[in-house]
Amino acid sequence: MQHYSGFGLFKHALSHNENWQRMWRNPTPKPVYDVVIVGGGGHGLATAYYLAKVHGITNVAVVEKGWLGGGNTARNTTIVRSNYLWDESAQIYEHAMKLWEGLSQDINYNVMYSPRGVFNLGHSLQDMRDIERRVSANRLNGIDGEVLNAKEVESMIPYMDCSKNTRYPVMGASLQRRGGVARHDAVAWGYARAADALGVDLIQQTEVTGFRKENGVVIGVETNRGFIGGKRVGVVTAGNSGHMAMLAGFRLPLESHPLQALVSEPIKPIIDSVIMSNAVHGYISQSDKGDLVIGAGIDGYNGYGQRGSYPTIEHTLQAIVELFPVLSRVRMNRQWGGIVDTSPDACPIISKTPVPNLFFNCGWGTGGFKATPGSGHVFAASLASGEMHALAKPFSMDRFYTGALIDEHGAAGVAH
Amino acid sequence: MLNIFCPHCGESRSEEEFHAAGQAHIPRPLDPNACTDQEWGDYLFFRDNPRGLHHELWIHAAGCRQYFNATRHTVSYQIHETYKIGERPSVTAKASIKSEPKPLAVDHQVAGAKA
Repeated sequence: MQHYSGFGLFKHALSHNENWQRMWRNPTPKPVYDVVIVGGGGHGLATAYYLAKVHGITNVAVVEKGWLGGGNTARNTTIVRSNYLWDESAQIYEHAMKLWEGLSQDINYNVMYSPRGVFNLGHSLQDMRDIERRVSANRLNGIDGEVLNAKEVESMIPYMDCSKNTRYPVMGASLQRRGGVARHDAVAWGYARAADALGVDLIQQTEVTGFRKENGVVIGVETNRGFIGGKRVGVVTAGNSGHMAMLAGFRLPLESHPLQALVSEPIKPIIDSVIMSNAVHGYISQSDKGDLVIGAGIDGYNGYGQRGSYPTIEHTLQAIVELFPVLSRVRMNRQWGGIVDTSPDACPIISKTPVPNLFFNCGWGTGGFKATPGSGHVFAASLASGEMHALAKPFSMDRFYTGALIDEHGAAGVAH
Repeated sequence: MLNIFCPHCGESRSEEEFHAAGQAHIPRPLDPNACTDQEWGDYLFFRDNPRGLHHELWIHAAGCRQYFNATRHTVSYQIHETYKIGERPSVTAKASIKSEPKPLAVDHQVAGAKA
């Protein structure tokens, strides 16, 4: 792999940037791999990278229906944070956060991780009690967090309407300073490039149409380019996980919904952090280009259409304008939908399945991007050993039978 | 924007008047205490999540406030039909066969209609 560096930039400028290597190969599938990963998004590519790097398993294929990082990895609002209430989720998201902090160096690719601070606003006494509880829980788990009052919030986010005249006045916020944003495409491309350099085959434009089993044990995947054998198969297909499970012959406790995001026209810097509000239900940050990146809730009905409904856009922008009346005349440039696989307790499923040697990593719902490195890291460990990683164990699909749910719905300070 | 025909009101209205309430025709176990953890978990949490035709429950929340069922395509979002609780869909796909009631229990929607 060509090493990226400041000196390299200079050197290639001298040759008019004509000698850059391709970022990854375009290999023909081998007949059999040690591990086949279905889904070439951030989580799948991270899994492949850590399999090769940490566990030395390089005979790995990532099979992707479209192009790398073209699904939810390219469709999220790029927020990174780990301020979850319950121990199980706090630990896995914090595991991801620690990996974010050194990721650009690790994969020699600038993922533009920017710890600019994430505010979760409180608009009622109950919100503030929940924030205090969550921040205390975070601190006990070794995760940074602060509780701010309305005055402090006002001084840190001057353009936000913190007056008492609003329908939902800002009463305070939690702040995680290590939280922030990262460049979503760069995460997929960086992991893909680093995994490819370690020998992983990235097989694009290849759709998995079924799973081949022998005596009930999975032995590979059927694709539109023929059979690809895999001693273990990991499925990381986000919104399409329910469909994949159906192909494998079982059901998951998941429903797929469209989740929308919007970006505005580029404007001068106005927001230097990430601001989320559960109560008025919207979140906003500003990209380096100047676009406001805005998101909110899912459409209520199941859908795979990768587009959202107008009432949801309207609801989202009402929330943003309620918080930032100054933005009421900013025009929106683009709007899109990604298909998120929501689970009943708003927590992921990282699990063995009823089919031996077939593993699923799904159910990240509306908040998977922030977990990309951690999810890949623990899923790689699970695929390498055949036993679930300690951080992944609580996220087994068995929890929906035992009742040991991790109820992050509404608890995580997130607009689910 | 979806236009949804409410079978109770007898007219098409904007989707803003409605709430989706998830998969339809989920039979409630007749004797919950006799359920195994597996059966109860399946009933509570596990859902069909098809790429294709989906039979689902909707409520006309800002209208007649009554529940009804719809058969909708989850990729095109086209609504093939809406029908009242207790009725059976006339448009079905192969994938939806799995959600038919098991002998273990009775579809309370149908049972309710008969009572």
